[in-house]
Amino acid sequence: MKKKRISTISLAGCFGCHMSLLDIDERILELVKLVEFDRSPVNDLKRFKARCDIGFIEGGCCNEENVHTLRKFRRNCDVLVAVGQCAVMGGLPVMRNAIMHSKDPLRECLETAYLNSPYVYNPTNDIPNDPALPLILDKVYTCAEVVKMDYQIPGCPPSGDILWQAINALLNGKPSDLPSEVIKFD
Amino acid sequence: MVNNAIVFKIDGVEVRGKPGQTIMHAADEAGIYIPRLCDVEGLEPQGSCRVCTVKINGRTAAACTQPVAPGIEVENDTLEIRNCRRDIVRMLFHEGNHLCPCCEASGRCELQALGYRLGILQPDKYPYLQPVRPVDASHPDIMLDTNRCIRCGRCIRASRHMDHKNVFGYIGRGINKQVGVNGKNLAQTNVHIDDHAVAPGICPVGCIIQKRRGFYDPVGQRRFDLHPIGTEIEKTPKGIKK
Ligand code: SF4
Ligand code: SF4
Ligand code: SF4
Ligand code: FES
Repeated sequence: MKKKRISTISLAGCFGCHMSLLDIDERILELVKLVEFDRSPVNDLKRFKARCDIGFIEGGCCNEENVHTLRKFRRNCDVLVAVGQCAVMGGLPVMRNAIMHSKDPLRECLETAYLNSPYVYNPTNDIPNDPALPLILDKVYTCAEVVKMDYQIPGCPPSGDILWQAINALLNGKPSDLPSEVIKFD
Repeated sequence: MVNNAIVFKIDGVEVRGKPGQTIMHAADEAGIYIPRLCDVEGLEPQGSCRVCTVKINGRTAAACTQPVAPGIEVENDTLEIRNCRRDIVRMLFHEGNHLCPCCEASGRCELQALGYRLGILQPDKYPYLQPVRPVDASHPDIMLDTNRCIRCGRCIRASRHMDHKNVFGYIGRGINKQVGVNGKNLAQTNVHIDDHAVAPGICPVGCIIQKRRGFYDPVGQRRFDLHPIGTEIEKTPKGIKK
């Protein structure tokens, strides 16, 4: 059987979901027999080499680069899977949307983060504004708000077991029967 | 009249109820779980969340307020009813800010537990409204995060009928309906940490939080970690059904 090509990326996430993939433990040896990794932090490949069968997305979109990357993934992957609460519903970064009480919420958010919080040490009193930094979005967007997602796996992070089951189901084209204990929103 | 005189059917199974008893109560006693959110043991039913929707002789009704009647046929665990409940629970998730990974109620939250039980995996049907709602941390012992409130009114009924205080009440209408307190903020009310209204288990979600007790049960030992919601009632636990 031809190996499936898999690609993974972290957008506005903490890499916890990628770490969880490592929790499949020794099954990773089985995995590399079944799949070939394309663009992914797993092999540190920064650009796609070929069209992929499955793309796993960790994290939602909080800056323009996230949107750009996600759209590229959509174009280059047959099946796109949102992995974890950040990709599914914004996760912790999306708190920024919910705490925006002021008239100028993004400015307040940045000022709180870089200037006004009690533990901030920032002698120049600058908010990072280098042209090399991707432009931050007005709010955090879920992956499904930006492109069409095919599947979404909740959890922060989803366990290695559930990822393993999901990968196998995708590779075999069969839905897996997920026991209730493995489904988590947190 | 003889007790348990009213005979009716839930999903084809014969159930006996007492006069004046609600369908939900009779079902509970018969070991049949009907999902619920605004209803909790010890408080008068309010019939507002509609998660307990059943079909009675083909018409929908709230099982927590509808009394039993002889010979009725109740549909509870059918695909149509399950889908209806799934939609209601989904809407509740999408209407507020439910960031379970940072919520102290996670693992003991009834909304979350119903999400699991109803097999809600893909949040793609409704948009996230992500409203901007206040967090009231003014009180030394109690905190109110209205981002998570599902307006079940359990705190309102507990405060009124058990504490005789009326600390909580609804304010606003329609989608702007909120739970408010009878003061400028919680600290300005006569709410007390020992009130029934703020006891764990009254608020089904993480809206009413007792301070300095955060995350008191470790992951794996929380209320719904071991058994899906409803299995304490069911004689033959079914767990998640798609
Ligand atoms: S879902 Fe949780 S583990 Fe995954 S990226 Fe987000 S915060 Fe990290
Ligand atoms: S109240 Fe329940 S559903 Fe909402 S964030 Fe907390 S645990 Fe999740
Ligand atoms: S605060 Fe809790 S108990 Fe009160 S209405 Fe909101 S969700 Fe229900
Ligand atoms: S539990 Fe019956 S309507 Fe809420």
